[in-house]
Amino acid sequence: MASGPVVTEADFHPWSQSPDQCHGRRDVLGSILVAPAILYVLLLVGVPFLLAVYYSVSAFTIYDPSWRFVGLANFEQIVQNPVFLQTLGNTFIFTFGSQFLGLILGKFGALLLLRPFPGRKIVRALIILPWAVPVALATVAWQWMFDSLYSVINWTLIALDIITRSQAPNWLGTPGLAMLCVIVVNAWRFFPFAIVIFLAGITAIPQDVLDAATVDGAGFWRRNYQIIVPMILPIVAIGLIFGIVFTFTDLSIVFLMTMGGPVGATSVLGFEGFQVGIVSGDVSHGAAISLFMLPVLFVVVIFMLRFIRRREI
Amino acid sequence: MAAVLTRNIIKKFGEVPAVNGISLTVPDGEFMVLLGPSGCGKTTFLRIICGLEKQTSGDLLIGGDVVNDIPPRARGVAMMFQSYGLYPHYTVRKNIAFPLRTQRVPNAVVEKKIEWASQLLGIGHLLERRPRQLSGGERQRVALARALVREPTALLLDEPLSNLDAKLRASARLEIKQFQQRVGVTTIYVTHDQVEAMGMGDRIAVIHHGQVRQVGTPTEIYDDPADRFVATFVGTPPMNLVERNGGFIGFRPENFLPRDMIDDGAVTEFSFRVDRSEYLGSERIVYGAIEGFDPTQVITAKLPPAHVAEESIRPGEWHPFAVRNSAVCHFDRDGKRTGRH
Amino acid sequence: MRRAIAKVVREIPFFGAVAFFVILSTFPFYWMVITSFKSNSDLYSVTNIPFWFNDPPTLEHFRYLFQETLFTTWLLNSLIIGVCVVAITLVTALPAAYSLARMTGRSGETLGIGIFLTYLVPPTLLFLPLARIITELGLQNSMWSLVVVYPTFTIPFCTWLLMGFFKALPPEIEEAAIVDGCSLFGAFVKMALPLSLPGILTVVIFTFTLTLQEFVYALTFISSSAQKPITLGVATDLIRGDIFYWGEIMAGALIASIPVAIGYNFFLDRFISGITGGAVK
Repeated sequence: MASGPVVTEADFHPWSQSPDQCHGRRDVLGSILVAPAILYVLLLVGVPFLLAVYYSVSAFTIYDPSWRFVGLANFEQIVQNPVFLQTLGNTFIFTFGSQFLGLILGKFGALLLLRPFPGRKIVRALIILPWAVPVALATVAWQWMFDSLYSVINWTLIALDIITRSQAPNWLGTPGLAMLCVIVVNAWRFFPFAIVIFLAGITAIPQDVLDAATVDGAGFWRRNYQIIVPMILPIVAIGLIFGIVFTFTDLSIVFLMTMGGPVGATSVLGFEGFQVGIVSGDVSHGAAISLFMLPVLFVVVIFMLRFIRRREI
Repeated sequence: MAAVLTRNIIKKFGEVPAVNGISLTVPDGEFMVLLGPSGCGKTTFLRIICGLEKQTSGDLLIGGDVVNDIPPRARGVAMMFQSYGLYPHYTVRKNIAFPLRTQRVPNAVVEKKIEWASQLLGIGHLLERRPRQLSGGERQRVALARALVREPTALLLDEPLSNLDAKLRASARLEIKQFQQRVGVTTIYVTHDQVEAMGMGDRIAVIHHGQVRQVGTPTEIYDDPADRFVATFVGTPPMNLVERNGGFIGFRPENFLPRDMIDDGAVTEFSFRVDRSEYLGSERIVYGAIEGFDPTQVITAKLPPAHVAEESIRPGEWHPFAVRNSAVCHFDRDGKRTGRH
Repeated sequence: MRRAIAKVVREIPFFGAVAFFVILSTFPFYWMVITSFKSNSDLYSVTNIPFWFNDPPTLEHFRYLFQETLFTTWLLNSLIIGVCVVAITLVTALPAAYSLARMTGRSGETLGIGIFLTYLVPPTLLFLPLARIITELGLQNSMWSLVVVYPTFTIPFCTWLLMGFFKALPPEIEEAAIVDGCSLFGAFVKMALPLSLPGILTVVIFTFTLTLQEFVYALTFISSSAQKPITLGVATDLIRGDIFYWGEIMAGALIASIPVAIGYNFFLDRFISGITGGAVK
């Protein structure tokens, strides 16, 4: 045995420090690991958010970048503009119309995809496409489908003798129809997501509960509305929250299909914010318009948090 | 008139027969246990009686009426599921009321029945709670209440005790049995646990590979097994089986005793080499091999600890053991029980 | 025989409904495909049957796309942006997700949800101030502005996703590594990371598709054609004056959609188990 410094067990044991030091190490490392993400989010989401609020109460335009504080003047000016009120109304119609349509399509689609049938995997992959493909590209396809001259929809209607060529509607150029079109496109984009959500919720219901309902005498509709729907409500709510948030703040569909027209009939908050703040350079008013999205978002997020908390059935 | 009667029920999933011809008669008020290992078809058979599965062929009669094509709600059966199947978003009260509401029973009657069922099962104080706030035993009682509130012709239970922890199982077993005797409803109970089956059943149907191997009272099943499967499935430790004369003879461990402990009747004697013994407090289990038979086959003896002399079971030595002839079962080559010699 | 026919008849409404949904979902893509291959004379004729080719199919639009527009530049831009954003996201989200999943307990959950909620802050609110910030950084009209901004939504979402994956990993493996002499960070790198490779792969694919899809920030920050990513380019740049080059637009949209659609299909099953694992017990 060589002589020399005695090596003790403590030198090999990773927890040879006191437990407090160990936990301290853990916490420090934990914080270091989270830091970059939090930093990124704070700098590029938090700061811009505060900036947006600040712009909305200043008189900042790119032609006159002054930081003068004007209080709520911007908001007053906006609200008094009738175009803005139309925009606000449009945004609600657009959001709730497309979510409603999307939910219905989603519910029925999910019911169809519940039981296995030959080719179900392929069908599912195809039905997912509207959600899977970039919004802008799918929207452009729809834009082409609604084209004033070459619309395939009009062609089909004429061929089926439902209308004549002179009656063929200019889908994107007629106020009411244009809103219908953007609603349909948005619902089309969202319903596969709704299907996925519904499927996830329904398949999570224990078979025993459904069997018990059958034995207890519940027929198809009663089982659906008294058992299945209440039990999938939480997950559907979460999906709906995502849908509402992304639709209410969307600008892509309107920008590409109608540019807010005709005559502001399809202008929505996101689009107006873009037009005023970026295109026209009136940053402060643009920010104020965008901020109108916040109240709805807050309400929606609060609901979501409530649901997350009440997750257990 | 039998409450439940089946005639040669067969159920195939694709080509595979899960239920392979079961004809069973359950008289009114009887507690019938369907016992068998996992996958033997007992749960499928129960679900066919309930109406959640449709049989491939064969007839099912409930209360004397053929119900082959009748949906579950019209058959007059109630079922209690393995994980109870309580409606998680309803209170206990609404859970129990549900089967009555689907039949559009008037409110006053519904209230009375809920009152009756909750009294019966002692859950009156739980009526406003939700299933997630209940313990396992309480959920089970609620599931029972929901099943009984329709006063069914037959009550079907699918392994209801398997989700309870071991301690609770014994008391739950007692509760269910007492409860059934009080109410008198015809009950069909599925389990893979032979202790439950022996303890609760008026009669037991032992099922294997989709067929009934034997139907009988617990005593008949235990003392008079119809074949090797029944003989070895029921009883812990399982019956000893050794080959002899082209067939098998079987004897239960508790009947396999040191020679000098048996002083009456004709016996069959064996020379038994003890390898190991376990002292379990209320009994002693001894493992070993018998001379003249397959030396790798482990033979078990279950002995009362108090009356056994140490030397008669010393490990490593050969001891004279014996079985009363009246307790020996003979099986032929195919495993079927033959007459006693 | 009669039974078989009766069975088929009973199923007709079901398959009819399925067909309805499939057609609803896929018709615009069918339209995209067929427009890409139709000659202009066939396309811009009001009398021709639109659903199939009247004149023979042509690769003219694809040729034009690749040779006479900046399509390849856009593809390259998107590739570069995608790779950079994926790298930034992984470097930031992986450690963050691990830390939140393993190390911080209750407060970690709340922090995780907080980070995730930033995903919900709309781009149509942030784009205004971000445009100013981008200009300050001198990145206006450059695709690098997108490399800086895209992680603002990929990081929150991927952190949430990765948290789920790390939570599913049994901690015993890392603990065994620590007992064997690894440091905490070493356990993370040598044990947790390799074992969660499938999850990481999913996140990579999803992040890449997220960057390919994005439109609002690209529209806001970039105006010169050569800097545009693929989606923005196809949707806005294939217009000469007032004339939409529909054949080229559809061809470009087709090419740009395919990788994203494939990526999403990979992602779908993970997403479903992620949601059900989290939201419903």
